[in-house]
Amino acid sequence: MFAAEATGGVDPGFLLEHAYIVPLVMAASFALTLAVGKRLGKNASWIGIAAIGFSFLFAVGANVQWYDYVNDSEHAAEESGGHGEETDSHAEETDSHAEEPGSEETDSHAEEPAADEEEHSLAPAAEGEVAAGPLAPVAEEGGEGEAHLEYEVEPITKSWTWWTNGTVEFEVGMLLDGMAVMMLFVVSLISLLVHIFSTDYVAGDRRYTHYFAFLSLFSAAMLGFVMAQNTLQLITMWELVGVCSFALIGHWWEEKPNSDAALKAFLTNRVGDVGLLVGMIVLFFAAGQTFDILEINTLANAGDITHTALLVASLCLIAAVMSKSGQFILHTWLPDAMAGPTPVSALIHAATMVVAGIFMVARMYGVFWNGLVIGGSSVNALAVVGGLTVIGGAGLAFVQSDIKKVLAYSTVSQLGYMVMALGVGAWTAALFHLFTHAFFKAGLFLGSGSVAHAVHSFDMKKDMGGMKQFMPKTFWTFAICTAALIGIFPFAGFWSKDEILAGASQLGGDGSYTAFLVVGSIGALMTAAYMTRCIYLTFFGEFRGAHHGEVSGGTEDHPVEEDHLAADSGHGDDLEAAHDPHAHDHGLPHESGPRILVPLYILAGLAVVAGFTNIPNSGALSWVPDGLALRFEHLFEPKGAYFPTAGAIEGALSHPEFDIAIALVSTALGLLGIGLAYAWYFKGLGPHGITSRNRLARAGHTFLVNKYYFDHLYTGIIAGGFKGPIARAANWFNNRGIDGVVNGVGRGAVVGGRFVYDKIDQGLVDGAVNGSGFAAEGGGQVFRQMQTGKVQQYGAILFAATVVLAGVFIVVL
Amino acid sequence: MDDLMLNQFLLLSAILFSAGVYGVLAKRNAVIVLMSIELILNAVNINLVAFGAHHGTVSGAVFALFVIAVAAAEVGVGLAIVLLIYRNRKSVDLDEVAQMKG
Repeated sequence: MFAAEATGGVDPGFLLEHAYIVPLVMAASFALTLAVGKRLGKNASWIGIAAIGFSFLFAVGANVQWYDYVNDSEHAAEESGGHGEETDSHAEETDSHAEEPGSEETDSHAEEPAADEEEHSLAPAAEGEVAAGPLAPVAEEGGEGEAHLEYEVEPITKSWTWWTNGTVEFEVGMLLDGMAVMMLFVVSLISLLVHIFSTDYVAGDRRYTHYFAFLSLFSAAMLGFVMAQNTLQLITMWELVGVCSFALIGHWWEEKPNSDAALKAFLTNRVGDVGLLVGMIVLFFAAGQTFDILEINTLANAGDITHTALLVASLCLIAAVMSKSGQFILHTWLPDAMAGPTPVSALIHAATMVVAGIFMVARMYGVFWNGLVIGGSSVNALAVVGGLTVIGGAGLAFVQSDIKKVLAYSTVSQLGYMVMALGVGAWTAALFHLFTHAFFKAGLFLGSGSVAHAVHSFDMKKDMGGMKQFMPKTFWTFAICTAALIGIFPFAGFWSKDEILAGASQLGGDGSYTAFLVVGSIGALMTAAYMTRCIYLTFFGEFRGAHHGEVSGGTEDHPVEEDHLAADSGHGDDLEAAHDPHAHDHGLPHESGPRILVPLYILAGLAVVAGFTNIPNSGALSWVPDGLALRFEHLFEPKGAYFPTAGAIEGALSHPEFDIAIALVSTALGLLGIGLAYAWYFKGLGPHGITSRNRLARAGHTFLVNKYYFDHLYTGIIAGGFKGPIARAANWFNNRGIDGVVNGVGRGAVVGGRFVYDKIDQGLVDGAVNGSGFAAEGGGQVFRQMQTGKVQQYGAILFAATVVLAGVFIVVL
Repeated sequence: MDDLMLNQFLLLSAILFSAGVYGVLAKRNAVIVLMSIELILNAVNINLVAFGAHHGTVSGAVFALFVIAVAAAEVGVGLAIVLLIYRNRKSVDLDEVAQMKG
C-alpha cells in the first residue's frame, strides 16, 4: 500500500501523459478526409495514413516511456524498502531492448542484442529479483514464493468534467495502464498496415474517401475505447466501433447481401448492447453512483459491492461480450461481416471490433473476478461460453468454401480461447493471445485479400487452388501466419495458446478447469486440420480459376466482392492506370504489388517473434533468464488495487507455470491435425465421399453447413415466430378484445345514460332544486314573523344580544 | 379620586343607563325615546369623566366633550325626523311607524 505512495512521484513522461491526443488525431483525420477528400481524389488516403502513422509512432514512444515508467515504479518501491542500490544498475541496461519486440523494424534482430546483454546481466538480474522478494516493502503472504515484487504501477489518468447533473459528474478522460498501452500499439500498428494495404486493394473504388474516412473513425473509436476512463465513455466508444463496423461491412451496399450483413452485424450487436447497458447501470448504482472504472474495480476487489450485484453485472456484460466478440450463441454476424472489404475484415478481426469485448472483460476484470468467483473452484459462465465457442467455431470452419469465412470462424474459435482464458483466471494469457492473434490473424486476412485480389473471388473451391506457384510470397507469409495460428513451436501462437492451456490446467484450484484444458486441446487439433484444408484448397492442387472471366457475373454463392473488384478495376481507369491490367489480364493470377506485400511481410515477421515477448521461465524453461522472460506480463499486467493481483484480495490472480507436457501434447495435437488433413486432402486417403454414403455423416455435414441452424433459429423461429403469431394474436385481440370493449362501452353508455336521466337527473337533481326552493320559502315564512317593523322591538333584541354577549365575556374571561 | 367615589359615580352611571334603556324600549313617544337616548349617552359621559379623574388624566373629559358634541348633532337630526313624522301623520307614536314589517 505504501509502495503506491512511493511510486506516486514517478514521472510517466510526456507521451503517456498526453496519449489522449491519439484518438483526437484520428477523429480529426476522419473529419478532414470527409471534408476535403473528394477534391483530393486518390490522395485522400494520405490524410488517414499520415494520422495513423503519427498514432503508431506515438504509440511506440508511449510504450518506450511505459517501460521506463514500470521500472521506475518498481525501483521506487524497492528504494522505499531500503533496497535499491544494485538493482538500479542492471535495470538501466535492460531498458534498451525490451521494447523492441513491439516495433516492427527492429523485430528481426530484437532478440539477439537481448540475448547478448543477458549473458552479462544475468547474474545480478536473477540475484536482484530473488533477493528483493523477501525484503520487498509489502512482502506479505503473496510475496514469499515468487520472485515478484509487491509494488503498484499507478495508472495514468486524466479527466475533465463533461457536465454535472445533481451530484453525479459525467466525465471524459483517459486511463492509461499496461493493457491500454499495449492495445494502443496493436491497434495503431494493425490499422496502419491496413491503411497501406487498402490503398492498393480498394484503389479506384467509387467511395474511396468514404472508406478511408471510416477507417480513421474506426481507429479513433477503438483507440478511445482502450483508453476510456469511465464506463460511460466505454459504452460510447463501444457503440462508435459498432457504427463504424456497420458502415464498413456495408461499404458495397448496392448489393443486398452486403447491406444485409451490415444490418445483421449491427442488430446482433444491439442484442448484446442491452446487456452492456444494464450491466453498467447495475455497476453504476452498486458502486455508489460512479462511472469511474478504476473505482468500480477497486470497490469490487475490496468487497464493497455485494456479490449479487457483481454477479448480475458480469452476467449482463457477458451478453455484451457474446455479441461483440462473436461468442456462441451471438457469433452469427461475424462470418457474414466478411461481406465488407478484406482489409476491413482484418481490422475488425485483429485489432478493433471483436477484441473490444475481450478488452472490456479485461478492463472490468475486478468485477468479473469477484462476480463469477473465478479464483474459486467454480465453473463459471465466462469459461463455458469461451469453451463452447472454441469447439463450435472450429467445427464450422471445416465446411466453408469461402476463404474469408474459414478465417472468420477461426477468429470465432480463437476469441473463444481468449474468453475461456479470462474465465479460468488466466488474464495475462488471454491478453497475450489477443496480442499475438492480432498479428497472425491480420496477416491471414490480408493474405487472403492478396489472393482474392489476384483471382477476384473468395471461393477456394471454384476459383483458387495452386496459388503457390503464382503468388509464392503471399503463400509463405500465409503459411507462417497459419503455423502461428496452429501453434507450432516457435511461432507466436504456440506461446500464447500454451499459456492458456497451462492456465486451464493449473488455475482455479483442484483442477476444476481441467475440462477446459480438454476443450482447448481439441480446439488446437481442429484448428490445425481446418487451416491445413484451407491452405490446400487455396495454394495447392490445380488452379481452378482460369475460367473466372466468364463466370464472374454468375456465381450466385458468392456475389459478394468479385464483381466489385472487377468493376472497380474498370471503373478506376481514369484514376489509376497502373491498376488497369487487373481488369483485362485474366489469363493467370500474379503476385500482388508492394503495398500489399509489405504489410504481409511485417505481419508474418511479427507472427514469428511476437511470442517471445512472454517466454515463461518456469517448469522446463526455468533456465530462461529473468530479464528476458515474461516481459509481456511484467509490462502490461496491471499492478494495483483495481486489479485482482493486489495483495489485499483473497485468492488473487496467479500465473500458470510452463508445463512441458502440455506444450508437447498441444504441439503433437497440432501436428496430428496437420497430418490428418494432409492425408485427407493431399494424399486423398480416408473415406472420401462418406457424406453422400453414410447418413450419419451426411447429417453431420448438413448440420455444419447450416451453421448449427442458428440463422434459422434467429430469422425463422425467433423473428418469424414473433412476427406471425404476434400478428395473429393482435388481430384476435383486436376483434375480440378491443372491439368488444368498444361495443361494450357504447352499450354501457346508453344504459348508464338512461339510468342517469331517470334516477339522478329527474329524481335527485330536480328534487334538490325544488327542495331548496321549498326550504327557502319555509324559512322565509318563519323569519318574516320577526320583522315586525317596530323599532323598539329591534332595539330590545339588540340589547338582549348585547347582554348575552357581555354575559359570555364575563363567564369566559 | 379614590375607589369609593369611583364606585358611586359608576353606580349613578349604571342607574342612568338603565333608566335610559327602559325609556328607549318602553316609551311610545318618539321625543321621550330621544330624551332616553340622551340619558344613555350622559351615563357614558359620567363613566368617561369618572375614569379620567380616577387615572388623573384629562383624556376622559375630552372624550366626554366629543360625545356631547356628537349627541347635540344626533338630537338635532333625531328631532328633525320626529318633526317630519309628526307633520305626515299628526302623531309621534312609534308603534304606528311600522312600514318595515315583513
